[in-house]
Amino acid sequence: MSDLFIQGIVVFVLASFVGFEVISKVPPTLHTPLMSGANAISGITIVGAVIAAAVGQGAAAGILGFLAVTFATINVVGGFLVTDRMLEMFKRKPRR
Amino acid sequence: MIALWYLAAGVLFILGLRGLSGPRTARRGNLLAATGMLLAVVVTVVDIVDEPDLVWWIVIAGLVVGGGIGAVLALRVQMTAMPQLVAAFNGFGGGASALVAAAEVIRSDAVFATEVAVTVALSIAIGTVTLSGSFVAYGKLQGIVTGRPVGLPGGPALNGLIALVTAAAATWAVASGEPTAYWVVAGLSLLLGVTAVLPIGGADMPVVISLLNSLSGVAAAMAGFVIGNLALIIGGALVGAAGLILTIQMSEAMNRSIANILFSGFGTGEGGGGPIGDKPVNRATPDDVAIAVAYAERVVIVPGYGLAVAQAQHAVRELADALEARGVTVEYAIHPVAGRMPGHMNVLLAEADVPYEVLLDMDQANPRLPQTDVALVVGANDVVNPSARDDTGSSIYGMPILEVDRAASAVVIKRSLSPGFAGIDNPLFYEDKTMMLFADAKAGLEDIVAALERL
Repeated sequence: MSDLFIQGIVVFVLASFVGFEVISKVPPTLHTPLMSGANAISGITIVGAVIAAAVGQGAAAGILGFLAVTFATINVVGGFLVTDRMLEMFKRKPRR
Repeated sequence: MIALWYLAAGVLFILGLRGLSGPRTARRGNLLAATGMLLAVVVTVVDIVDEPDLVWWIVIAGLVVGGGIGAVLALRVQMTAMPQLVAAFNGFGGGASALVAAAEVIRSDAVFATEVAVTVALSIAIGTVTLSGSFVAYGKLQGIVTGRPVGLPGGPALNGLIALVTAAAATWAVASGEPTAYWVVAGLSLLLGVTAVLPIGGADMPVVISLLNSLSGVAAAMAGFVIGNLALIIGGALVGAAGLILTIQMSEAMNRSIANILFSGFGTGEGGGGPIGDKPVNRATPDDVAIAVAYAERVVIVPGYGLAVAQAQHAVRELADALEARGVTVEYAIHPVAGRMPGHMNVLLAEADVPYEVLLDMDQANPRLPQTDVALVVGANDVVNPSARDDTGSSIYGMPILEVDRAASAVVIKRSLSPGFAGIDNPLFYEDKTMMLFADAKAGLEDIVAALERL
């Protein structure tokens, strides 16, 4: 097993625990925005997609790369935008 | 060096998630996470820009097309349609991770070290399951596919079989290094996503969407192993953990195991209890309800999926305003699995400018219900069914409920006496102190508001 791969496992395990700790006490009110915000973060795969699309050679790699970037960008842009839209509603203080 | 930049992006994700867990910091948290994402993309481009033979136009085309579609979807969506949009975004994320791994299979002609090959197979399998599963969930929530559980031949055994064959194909891929084997894994996993989600009913969607959310994170992390990229591993692991926590919380709120929700086809069979709808109920008119709530001291509104279907969030707010103007205290009691995704009701009520201070979760609401004059149930059913507490023979026995039957009186706005998702009768409807207003949630609420004005 390469050092890089082992490093990856270390990071994966530690980041999972951080995720558990950070999220475990979220009030139900924020469950939907939390989920859609987390969803947008899972769009980090956009980084892999950009690399794949840029280095890919040939038609098959080109099509896969294009679809990967498109899908990931939908996820990232849509996810963060819609989360912001929801949170803007939560912020308003309508109590008169 | 790039690893340090990715670490910075990861820190921004963590700060962002932490921000998202508090109402005051949530918006800034989302912005921090988005900044982390932008940082990760920019440093990636800077990192590879000097390499020869790069095809930038494909990257730019993908960013433009994807960004446009994402922005339009995000800005146009109705708040009532939020569950299906989040499902769709999960699907795109999972699909993207599978595509990243697939592109790597083509680029390297499937020549991988064994441990990397395992993560290639995993990211393709998990990513495509997330893709097809999410779009079936989307179809159910959007009403394109029936929301009722769909029975498949063989039932849960069929999914077990497909999962087993997929695992065998993945093993074949890892052992042989044949690109074809990876495509077989992809095809089988796509099928598995469909057959796994199709039998799950609408009311279990909060669990399914949380789980797909978690899987989209895991797929991204696996893709990170494939291309040796720390940003994907950090971001993916964070989301995998966050989604898993929500999944566990949702299944606890139904007192069912995740396995039971995924594999039982709940709601297809008989749930026990007597015949439905042949007992007398107190049929009420909007005027009856108006009188009951107008002279109450405390009214607790219990929203459910019917509120979302009828887009009645503004109507409910109007009623609450009218009551508050008369000096009535109005609060909302929200069951964790009310609606079709975690927090669904909260988002709808926030859209109608209901301040979150008056939204009570189950633990806050239940002690207050006995001191409540009128509990007004709008489009909810199973989550207020006393059988879950009293009837050991009921299929939902043990599920924590909002104890509406302990309030001094209850009003239920519902289209008909038809049973809820669980397919069982609700004794609450037949109690002497319960008034049934048979109406669409929005029309019923508007009629009550009109009746209040006439008082």
